[in-house]
Amino acid sequence: MATTAKIEVRDKNPVAALQTFLAQVLEDEYVAGVLAPRHLNDNGALMPTLVTDPAMLDRVDPLAPAFPFNAAKTLVKLTNGEMVNKVAAVLKPCEIRAFVELVKLNQGNMDNALLIGVDCLGSFGNTEYLNYVKDADPIASSQEFARAALAGEESPGGTPIAKACMACEHPSAVQADLSIGLVGLDIDDHLVVSAHTARGEGLLSRLGLPDVAEAPSRAKAMAELVKKRTAFRDKMFEETNEATASVEKLARYLSGCVNCYNCRVACPVCYCKECVFVTDVFDHKPWQYLDWAGNKGMLKMPTDTVFYHLTRLAHMSTACVGCGQCSNACPNDIPVMELFRTVAARTQAAFGYEAGKSTDDAPPLSVFQEKEFSEVTGGVD
Amino acid sequence: MEEFEPTIVAFVCNWCTYTAADLAGTARMTQFPNVRLIRMMCTGMVDPKYVIKALLAGADAVLISGCHPGDCHYINGNYKARRRVKLLQEILTGFGIDTRRVKLTWVGASEGNEFAETVNHLVNEIRELGPIETRELMVV
Repeated sequence: MATTAKIEVRDKNPVAALQTFLAQVLEDEYVAGVLAPRHLNDNGALMPTLVTDPAMLDRVDPLAPAFPFNAAKTLVKLTNGEMVNKVAAVLKPCEIRAFVELVKLNQGNMDNALLIGVDCLGSFGNTEYLNYVKDADPIASSQEFARAALAGEESPGGTPIAKACMACEHPSAVQADLSIGLVGLDIDDHLVVSAHTARGEGLLSRLGLPDVAEAPSRAKAMAELVKKRTAFRDKMFEETNEATASVEKLARYLSGCVNCYNCRVACPVCYCKECVFVTDVFDHKPWQYLDWAGNKGMLKMPTDTVFYHLTRLAHMSTACVGCGQCSNACPNDIPVMELFRTVAARTQAAFGYEAGKSTDDAPPLSVFQEKEFSEVTGGVD
Repeated sequence: MEEFEPTIVAFVCNWCTYTAADLAGTARMTQFPNVRLIRMMCTGMVDPKYVIKALLAGADAVLISGCHPGDCHYINGNYKARRRVKLLQEILTGFGIDTRRVKLTWVGASEGNEFAETVNHLVNEIRELGPIETRELMVV
């Protein structure tokens, strides 16, 4: 059973309470720095920031409904290699789940990180977020957003959150060392922090926060939120399956794609250091294009679009955590998150695997058994 | 209209199925000429993108064939191939590409007759299934 402690909120300012909590984490000296989303200036722009001086936590804002990119890749940079001290990382549940996948791919190192997850109420796309904040105080906006989202508002401030967030059935970060709870609580009164690992437990006990029993309202609100999001997700799967039920439909679905590969750059679990689609494997010769055009009388340029997406799915669909950064990065608003998640649900189910769930489950394509999937070889093992 | 004749791209392993195909040929076994063989060192090195490319380019089916389980020259390449084929079937089936169009078989080096049978059976199966969408459709 996880230990849960209370973070008192003063002056109806939960972000300040979180800043104080992170300052305590830094002062404990178990970690040398905290990676947390921080407003760069007063216009709201927010980026993961590595903070070592508690005084610099003043603009840290874990409640911001902003998700500029998936910081799992950033944490890889901060953990892969020999380290004396650990780094604490304040992340969204999908970032933690992506990090779990990267750890299994030997890119990130769990031993060097202390993961602090925060209940996720959803985020806006990058442009929607800046429109949402406008000239307001960004931290006050974040708190308003959290209050509205916790009250069940669909579009806080008139802007819907990203579809990936609406379809996300993992609003809580149970894979983290510590998780901060918002759902089902009055965030102007107190927040809760739960430890899920021994080192999380150790840190929490050293901080000396008052213990608190898990409120039944929290479990109930969480179950309701997950139910709502799962229903949205399943409807999305159904619609996407319908929209891509043939190769022709798939090509139509992807017809706005300009091969910019932003979805691949933004994808936290697209693990190749160099993507084959930008290597000279795809530097075709002029005569090859003419040959291909000759086969069917024409050739869409740029080439290798559907080919790229299908190959990427073969690479990353079993590791897809559904963070939606692919759609956030797409310049032509192709609903790529919907497609990738739909296929990922299929491939992960086929291997009985859930991306990001645990470092104990081996990635499906990294292992095999002597007797399995006999249907693939016509019943012959 | 001309009768449909499937085009099948086969990735076969050097140590088992390629040798079996050679045997089937030298022993003059009867087999349909629809298969284009590509000799690989191991089924474990058949990259999913080779299969995807073949199917998008209009191949009606892809056959991957290698050593029986336990016989892989590289110990376990064929087991890895099996997981990749499973993965490809799961991805492609959603886009209306029948799982029968991505086939994995085990054919040992001495099984020339087995190879000829595999080819003949697959060609008949794909003849029944009909041409793949990408035969006419330009999708890249």
